[in-house]
Amino acid sequence: MAEATASAQHHAPPQSFIRKYVFSVDHKVIGKQYFALALVAVFVGMVLSWLMRVHLVWPGFAIPGLHFLSKVGAAGNVMTPEYYLSLMTMHGTLMVFFVLTNAPFAAFGNYFLPIQIGAEDMAFPRFNMMSFWTTFVAFCVLVAAFFVKDGPPISGWTAYAPLSAVGSDAGPGLGLGQTLWGLSIAIFCLASLLGSLNFIATTLDLRVKGMTLSRMPLCTWAWFITSCIALLAFAVLLPACILLVLDRTAGTSFFIPSGLVVNDNLQPHSGGSPLLWQHLFWFFGHPEVYIAILPAMGIVSHVLINSMRRPLLSHKVVIACMMTIGFLSYMVWGHHMFVSGMNPFSALVFSFPTLVITIPATIMTLIWLGSLYGSKLRINTASLYALGFISMFVSGGVSGFFLAQPSIDIYLHATYFVVGHFHMVMGVAALFGVFAGTYFWFPKMTGRMMNESLGKLHFLLTFIGTYCIFMPFHYLGMAGNVRRYSTFVADYLQPLMPVHRFITIAALVTGAAQFIFLFNLIYSRFKGAPAGDNPWEATSLEWSTSSPPPFDNFGGKHPIVYHDPYQYGVEGSKGDYIMQTSPEPEEAK
Amino acid sequence: MAVTVDELQQIAIDDEVSGVGGGENLVPIAGQLIAIGDHSPEPSRTGIWVALAAITMTFAAFTSALIVSQGSGPKWQHISLPPILYLNTLVLIASSFTLEFARSRVAIFARGQNAQHSVPMAWLCATLLLGFLFVAGQYAAWLRLKASGLYLATNLSSSFFYVLTAVHALHVLGGLAALAMVIKRFTEPVLTLRKSTLDSTSYYWHFMGILWLYLLLVLWMKL
Repeated sequence: MAEATASAQHHAPPQSFIRKYVFSVDHKVIGKQYFALALVAVFVGMVLSWLMRVHLVWPGFAIPGLHFLSKVGAAGNVMTPEYYLSLMTMHGTLMVFFVLTNAPFAAFGNYFLPIQIGAEDMAFPRFNMMSFWTTFVAFCVLVAAFFVKDGPPISGWTAYAPLSAVGSDAGPGLGLGQTLWGLSIAIFCLASLLGSLNFIATTLDLRVKGMTLSRMPLCTWAWFITSCIALLAFAVLLPACILLVLDRTAGTSFFIPSGLVVNDNLQPHSGGSPLLWQHLFWFFGHPEVYIAILPAMGIVSHVLINSMRRPLLSHKVVIACMMTIGFLSYMVWGHHMFVSGMNPFSALVFSFPTLVITIPATIMTLIWLGSLYGSKLRINTASLYALGFISMFVSGGVSGFFLAQPSIDIYLHATYFVVGHFHMVMGVAALFGVFAGTYFWFPKMTGRMMNESLGKLHFLLTFIGTYCIFMPFHYLGMAGNVRRYSTFVADYLQPLMPVHRFITIAALVTGAAQFIFLFNLIYSRFKGAPAGDNPWEATSLEWSTSSPPPFDNFGGKHPIVYHDPYQYGVEGSKGDYIMQTSPEPEEAK
Repeated sequence: MAVTVDELQQIAIDDEVSGVGGGENLVPIAGQLIAIGDHSPEPSRTGIWVALAAITMTFAAFTSALIVSQGSGPKWQHISLPPILYLNTLVLIASSFTLEFARSRVAIFARGQNAQHSVPMAWLCATLLLGFLFVAGQYAAWLRLKASGLYLATNLSSSFFYVLTAVHALHVLGGLAALAMVIKRFTEPVLTLRKSTLDSTSYYWHFMGILWLYLLLVLWMKL
């Protein structure tokens, strides 16, 4: 039995360049590939947000070179209102699927989950390679929408039907562009399903001796729970996308009602339900929020514990909270649909679990803060980003209390308040988790340290910058500023223009600061100080092997785990910590 | 697990012998010994259940879409199912039985109790054949509907019929590919067929049968 298990994942190191770096089955290479893809996607998405922000406050300003992107949508380098929506759709889709799902979950999860449980590779290395390359195909199909005649779709990353289903009658980008979008997301779903299957099987079956479930580090737990969420969520988005693509290409009417007239054209469809799309989409869409944030929570816990040199107040409560969040995430999708014509009673039914889900989130936050209190925190870029995550998570999470109430949401729905809320709690908070993970694990992945001064500068600019961008969004929303408008020419919105200008300048500066991060990544990769095996004096398994780890992670040996993951603040032979693989007995507390 | 303390330490010491494979043994911690469940399935044994969970979820989503669509308007025109579907159902059920026969014969053959290679082989091929017969039957059902003027886009009921049967047929084809791989492994001179592969394939196959019975009920019923 043990031999069979081992042979399932044993494979010899590859020799050729293609098998080694391109079509590699090594989870570490695949993790880096996911990271690189997310990096490309995040910079494209960021540039799109720049274009949108500049257009919002200087609508007549000709952005040099914009007409190369679209001759129709940006004639004379000024974007049309429709093209603004196209860019917004691409920004949202790239960021949610290819950054927030890929970076914290697929990239770091692939690289570190097998090492943290002592495995040599994922349970199904070939599936793993397939899931990355399928994701890559999804990315190419999505980006292809930029280059088709009408450009990308204008229906937003949520692709609400019937707008997304009826075809080019409804506006530019809703022809081939929208079909490409649907195909891309369907392909992405397949890739994520394969990836999640791999994560779950690996965590359950490939743990080394002594690695009980409760001895797994918190980020391993987070990736495991996330993969369970992703498995069920993407399994629902996939059929939704299939039905959407059929509506668009085969003439079916799943999401298109009878007698729909779009731009004076009667649509040849009958009997479908546009609300059905919203139900299917948000049944995936809300868990997706937790697919982005749970890995970040795990990474932040992992980093914070190391910097505090003490375990969290309760390891098991944090795991229980993450499980509760994962479970509840499936019961709250209706809170995105309070104004979609829902029975007020259903709104109440969805509002209640939405408020309940804040309880485990609050418990986790209190555990982080309680553990931080009185600790001798080691200040470095990774721990700063971990603190920044907590700050963003609280600031963005608090506005969720308001949006969870149907009566308040009716006023705030589709305003900048919502945009500010989800950017802070899902977007920036998850990215802070990714940054914390990058600064923390870069030494392990490359064998070199990242530059701390550049890192701290990057943190400072990003932390202040994101607050400057997204905090005023809440104010704009309360003042009635609706989202998805490309300009604010109405009288009542004019007084808000100075706030918008402030936000745009903050966005340009904060975005520019990300190039410090990019430079730091590339510079440190080649010129960084050598890291050694365990530069952070950490306890978990990834630090007991060399940096970067060898092909089979532990050099032909199988580690044995003797301890819980976070033995900090105890007298060990190496200092104030005992590694999980160290056989020495724990000091009686 | 009745193991004495001395035995435990022995297991912990010769760690290099048994490879990776989920805590199938016991390790000392802080002077005391904690037991870890002796349970370390092969990845494909876990993987198949995870995959079936995802497939279940996909068809649950399709079903909920069907129910919502039936209830959303008075325009629902329920199509009557082509009778050949009932024959296909029998074929698929029969293929589950032949696969089970094959599985028990393979076990007997692998234990060396029966050296006849051809017996399990025949049952495996019968399963494969019945599987292809099922897919062909589904294709005949589509032709039948087409002949009576019911296309994919004719009405919601026919749309759901085509989508659900086609997605199911695709999954069945996946199962046939797995079966073909099992047969190929079984024909090789040195038996490379793992029990877990055969088991996972048959779980998947039986699941396809159960899923089909469920789909037939859902498509037949008007809520």
